Amino acid sequence: MIRVVLPPHLRTLARVSGDVELQIEGAITQRSILDALEARYPMLCGTIRDHVTQQRRPFLRFFACEGDLSHESPDAPVPDAVASGAEPFFIIGAIAGG
Amino acid sequence: MSGVRVLVGTRKGAFILTADGKREKWDVSGPHFTGWEIYHMKGSPVDPNRLFASQTSGWFGQIIQRSDDGGKTWTTPGSEPAPPGAMPKGESNKFVYDASPETGKPLTTHQWYDGTQRPWEFKRVWHLEPSLTDPDTVYAGVEDAALFRSTDGGKSWHELSGLRGHGTGPKWQPGAGGMCLHTIVLDPSNPQRIFIAISAAGAFRTDDGGKTWRPINKGLYSKYIPEPTAEVGHCVHRIAMHRSRPGVLFMQKHWDVMRTDNAGDSWQKISGNLPTDFGFVIDVHAHEPETIYVVPIKSDSEHFPLDGKLRVYRSRTGGNEWEPLTKGLPQSNCYVNVLRDAMAVDSLDSCGVYFGTTGGQVYASANAGETWAPIVRDLPAVLSVEVQTLP
Repeated sequence: MIRVVLPPHLRTLARVSGDVELQIEGAITQRSILDALEARYPMLCGTIRDHVTQQRRPFLRFFACEGDLSHESPDAPVPDAVASGAEPFFIIGAIAGG
Repeated sequence: MSGVRVLVGTRKGAFILTADGKREKWDVSGPHFTGWEIYHMKGSPVDPNRLFASQTSGWFGQIIQRSDDGGKTWTTPGSEPAPPGAMPKGESNKFVYDASPETGKPLTTHQWYDGTQRPWEFKRVWHLEPSLTDPDTVYAGVEDAALFRSTDGGKSWHELSGLRGHGTGPKWQPGAGGMCLHTIVLDPSNPQRIFIAISAAGAFRTDDGGKTWRPINKGLYSKYIPEPTAEVGHCVHRIAMHRSRPGVLFMQKHWDVMRTDNAGDSWQKISGNLPTDFGFVIDVHAHEPETIYVVPIKSDSEHFPLDGKLRVYRSRTGGNEWEPLTKGLPQSNCYVNVLRDAMAVDSLDSCGVYFGTTGGQVYASANAGETWAPIVRDLPAVLSVEVQTLP
């Protein structure tokens, strides 16, 4: 089971509290995590990555295991600890006031 | 007894204010969508309990919300979870410029602040205009400037690309708030005719339901652009129409209050005795088509009322002769702004007039502007105000 931590605004939008848990078959990558997340919570489509280009929105970053995965390939395997569910995959909004 | 519902969009959420026909005691619901910018909310004239809201964020982009129960509950249209193996739908916030060879126009460029050319890039929805006849049809004015339409209650959106691609686009440029299509006026007597306005491009009209468009800026004079009488490039802030006279439009331009009596073919200045004719809002009395309201703002660099006095000005002669309306409004040390989508009227008798400020107040007058009172006064900065008159 993959654990995903959403920023507060997206938790509100998706109407979830706490971590999101996703069952994913096959390779665990950023893309497969986001695909599964959007399939379960379609209101998140377009809020994390662009509808068309699939590029990460500029004010969002991806972290896991105390590392920045934002600039990794979306098709690269995520760390084993994320794939096993031991560590969550964080989606974090830039700290930019407001 | 009939009543009113006031839809208030703010920098940090939405609020819904309701009152009976006396408009004295107000219930405040909200904040809805806490922490998000709500650029605009508007109800369907066909089904008043159907509301649309534009929810935006610099971090997470655009969200479209819809309520079918007058704002009690909200959904992002079409966002039911996908069945196993199916791709998610979730396209209510998918605003993609139509550059397809079949129905679209090439994604050309517009002018940037420094005069260079930049390609169109979607940023947010500024204004939602529900159809006058179909509760599932709604128009969206977006930044970078374009017009989109949904015919399925907001589940999906398609650009009416004839506007963006009609030819003058490379001369359009952003105003201080961005290059936004902020005004959509539907002609109640002619479903093929729509008026829109863009900062800073000007006003445009279609007479064929949005396929083709033409600028309607003859008579506008803008000293801040290289060619003051240019066909496009004018910073129109707002256009208002009375339903009974769809060929008569009133415009608050960057500077100048204007009027047309021929559906935009030509405009005349009606600033008259206004103390300053810079401003953002303009609206028309619900029952008197020659009675119009503006809120003069000091200047384009000082976005607050002249002399710190918040005054609505009313003309009962269709312009030129204006009177200040001050009773109940702060007349000292007031330095708020009233943004372009933040004034509306109800259709009760007598006509109610409403406006919101960047200081978080929403003022209402239940007597056509004679007296005013704040119905809320400490909200986040108000971006938009719409009013529904309920049966």
